[in-house]
Amino acid sequence: MNIKSVKLRDIAKVIRSKNAGPFELTFDVIFKTKEDYEKVKASGVLNKRLIASLYNLDPQNILTFVFYDAANAVKITIPRMRPQGSIGEVDMHGAQQYVPLFDIDIPIDL
Amino acid sequence: MVIMRELHILAPNGMLGYGFPVKWFKRALSMNPHAIAVDSGSTDSGPHKLAMGVMTCSKEAYTKDISLLLDAVSEKKIPLFISSAGGAGTNAQVDIFLDIIEKISRQRNYHFKIAAIYSEIDKNLIKEKLKNGQIAPCGPVPPLSDEEIDLATTVVAQMGVEPFLKVLKENDVDIIVSGRTYDPVAIAAMPIKEGFDPGLAWHMGKIMECGALCAEPAGKVMLGVIHEDHFILEPGSLEERCTISSVAAHTLYEKSHPYFLPGPGGVLDLSDARFEQLDDRRVKVSGSKFVASDKYAVKLEGAKKVGFRSIFIGGVRDPILIGHIDEVLTRVAKDVKDYFKDIPLDQYQMIYHVYGKNGVMAELEPVKNATPLELCIILEVAAPTQELATAICSRARTELLHCPYEGRIGTAGNIAFPFTPLEISLGEVCAFNVYHLMEIDDPVNLFPIRYLEV
Repeated sequence: MNIKSVKLRDIAKVIRSKNAGPFELTFDVIFKTKEDYEKVKASGVLNKRLIASLYNLDPQNILTFVFYDAANAVKITIPRMRPQGSIGEVDMHGAQQYVPLFDIDIPIDL
Repeated sequence: MVIMRELHILAPNGMLGYGFPVKWFKRALSMNPHAIAVDSGSTDSGPHKLAMGVMTCSKEAYTKDISLLLDAVSEKKIPLFISSAGGAGTNAQVDIFLDIIEKISRQRNYHFKIAAIYSEIDKNLIKEKLKNGQIAPCGPVPPLSDEEIDLATTVVAQMGVEPFLKVLKENDVDIIVSGRTYDPVAIAAMPIKEGFDPGLAWHMGKIMECGALCAEPAGKVMLGVIHEDHFILEPGSLEERCTISSVAAHTLYEKSHPYFLPGPGGVLDLSDARFEQLDDRRVKVSGSKFVASDKYAVKLEGAKKVGFRSIFIGGVRDPILIGHIDEVLTRVAKDVKDYFKDIPLDQYQMIYHVYGKNGVMAELEPVKNATPLELCIILEVAAPTQELATAICSRARTELLHCPYEGRIGTAGNIAFPFTPLEISLGEVCAFNVYHLMEIDDPVNLFPIRYLEV
């Protein structure tokens, strides 16, 4: 058995970020197949600590980290750095904050 | 009472004023819906909508959409529910919508009975609730105070379904226009009134308040059919399909949690929701549950004005300067603060946005040492007056243009400015400062209802 690693972007159909209200930022990762979703979920690679390190956060600040079987999806919600649309805003809709998730290495046994 | 076995609700789009394809709307209308429901609200376009009373779309755009809906109401004799009028759902925005309806009706000789439901909340009531410990932040929100309540231009509460139920039970109206409303209410109101499972009604509302955004490709017109133990989604357009994955994926959209969706009076629990492909274009949903909470809470929304902003936009191409940019920007900020030392530091803010470095992600950016070809530098200055914001911005711009740095060879100017005027006034800047849950005793009478005829 070879352990091969793929990038999250190669097995995800959707990786996106968006405001969830003016004070939260939410990320959705939706997998292309149930099989990949189940493997990633079982592997434990995708976890709060990894997300926290990617976004310079304390893991305790991650509000939601949930696998959602019905959509083959992972949902992650964090506090916004500042209230939406005020002084210092960089991304009104939170729409471009997902990119660091692209290159997460997922070991998949083939 | 005859129990209806199914109820058809038509959503023309996910945001009134964004337009919708007439052809597919007419097709959905020919499938004999029992009501048309459309939401018009969002906080997504920012705090200045609520703080300044600005509407999400133009009056012309609302008039265009509402005209088509009134034609349908008149032709099919079915009710129309419009929620969160104008975007923020202030009382004035409800009245603007009523005015639009009145004008169109006069032109086309339509006669309608209308209920208007208002959602601005008296600040004294909010202060009293705050004192009684009946207000909690809705998520990672700064705590509320009497001062913040006063600073908010207006405070609205998202009404639940109860004021709609009161109207539907007591009066035979053609149209309901409501102020700020929990998004799914317009869709869910008639099914709940007719005794359908509230879990299903709320879930159908949650999905359909975005029109056909849950379809592939994403569209506008959506038809929802609720039955006793499930509901069915069908896009109005024959070029769109609902699939299990498109509908399940939409369930996640813009929500904090994938399967616990709190709303006024309870939580929609989708942990046992099932999605089934009925045919090529339709998805059947079942298993959605509504769990009523012990205490009824509504979400308050308010925003305040916090000052005026000016910016400059400049580019850097010199690799030597790019290599020293952090220290240069820090020094410029310090020089500006020294220059304006008679103005207290808490009176104004200077924030650099450095594109090519971390302009998009700021402190969330994990890549720290990229070597860009160019930088775009925007300095954002916020101050109590427009004049002061522009003065600070101008001072920083000239400082940055000429300041020396280590190894400098290009000595005629550090920054390429694309635009004149070099400083750009952005006007007032606002901030959400009320986003809190308030416990209430009476989810009906907090929201005054006015009946009128046009």
